[in-house]
Amino acid sequence: MAKHKVMSGNYAVAYGAALSRVELISAYPITPQTSVVEKLSEMIETGGLNAKLVRVESEHSALAACIGGASAGARTFTATSSHGLLYMNEMVFWAGYGRLPVVMAVITRSIAPPWGIWSEHTDLLAQRDTGWVTMMVQSNQEALDSIIQAYAIAEDEDVMLPVMVGLDAFTVSHTSVPVELPSQEEVDRFLPRGADHSYLLDFARPKTMGNLAYPEWNMEFRYLLEKAMKNAERKIITVDKKFSSEFGRTYGGSVEHYRMEDAKYAVVVVGAPAGEAKDAVDLLRKRGIDAGVVRVRVIRPFPKVALRSSLAGLKGVAVLDRDISPGLGGILFSELTSALYGVKRPPAVRGFIAGLGGREIKVEDIIYTVESLVTSVEEGPADNEWLDVKKELLP
Amino acid sequence: MTKIAAVPLSVPSLGSAGETGHWRTERPILEESKCINCLFCWMYCPEGSIHKGEKVVWIDYRFCKGCGICMNECPTKAITMVKEE
Repeated sequence: MAKHKVMSGNYAVAYGAALSRVELISAYPITPQTSVVEKLSEMIETGGLNAKLVRVESEHSALAACIGGASAGARTFTATSSHGLLYMNEMVFWAGYGRLPVVMAVITRSIAPPWGIWSEHTDLLAQRDTGWVTMMVQSNQEALDSIIQAYAIAEDEDVMLPVMVGLDAFTVSHTSVPVELPSQEEVDRFLPRGADHSYLLDFARPKTMGNLAYPEWNMEFRYLLEKAMKNAERKIITVDKKFSSEFGRTYGGSVEHYRMEDAKYAVVVVGAPAGEAKDAVDLLRKRGIDAGVVRVRVIRPFPKVALRSSLAGLKGVAVLDRDISPGLGGILFSELTSALYGVKRPPAVRGFIAGLGGREIKVEDIIYTVESLVTSVEEGPADNEWLDVKKELLP
Repeated sequence: MTKIAAVPLSVPSLGSAGETGHWRTERPILEESKCINCLFCWMYCPEGSIHKGEKVVWIDYRFCKGCGICMNECPTKAITMVKEE
């Protein structure tokens, strides 16, 4: 039987990993991630979790340890944030290109300078080309559920890719709310032990993995990786459906919709700010604006087809980016407009940069984005507009 | 044609990377009468190119790259490095 417990988003992640019967954990402390691995360490110490915790001197080594474990067929877990994630970047590619089903929680945090510990999605999105299935959750419950789902996706025989599960620093990671904790029996039923893939290490048949491939052998590995991403796109949806029938909760697979059935306008958003977006939409509807929320839950594989069908035919779309690619603008805006290329009757899309460095994204901010969208749908595409920048501070 | 797996793999076998002996500029020559079969050279050879023999070791010149570590480690100076012609 499932029970309820009040817990932070980070503890929800730890419970998700423990319920998934993770066998090898390796991580290096960094705010705001630390309490994820502290909780797991406590579970090991008190005897509730039968896993090996490998202590290391850096995030690069933490992921390398997971890569070693996953290469031998162990279920592995790590967690990090911001600079820790950037420090392990070489290994992030190695796990993705090496087709190893590691699961990692990323507590999204801004990148210095200026030094900061608060949420921004640029750290997670900077890893978008590494070959990881990449998700971003809205709530504590979804954090727990998504870790369990992540192993089901990662270890699928046709996928075999690592999965990154992102959650906003503090608004999710350190905020305690009631979370439904599934029982071990329920999770075991949902998540059987992953198949030992033929390329994993085996004492009976020694081999070297990831070695030199000359140009005449090399490109095919990327082709297979891209194919695995396509398989993941389907698997994410079937896993979410199966999860829904077992546990009664669904997150829409790759894309979650809120009040979109009759919507003419949509707010497209990633992560925790979707909560404010949903409140904003409720208020907008009282003012007679038919708006809804499209939450992009999965960033890789980018759900192009799902988003086209969600957004085609709408009058306008406001994209909220809690990230910045300097010289390009909002990453989500760029990827979304690219996905809409060639769609018949494309909606007007306006991009907004908001909440960088942990600045609060308020319900009024989102109401503003939609109201300005409504009055400008005829004006064609618009570049990113920065919300809530304090002009009086600028030189 | 050989099919690839999802990741590049190699299965260990003798000379799977080709015969590397032709990289050598100097050849270790073993003077068997001085060899006490202590197996230092066998242990130190980074290429696994020195093998245990019936009385003394022997060097597999197909793979020996001529690094000279065996000469350096030999306690009886039974190995000398000779320039390859």
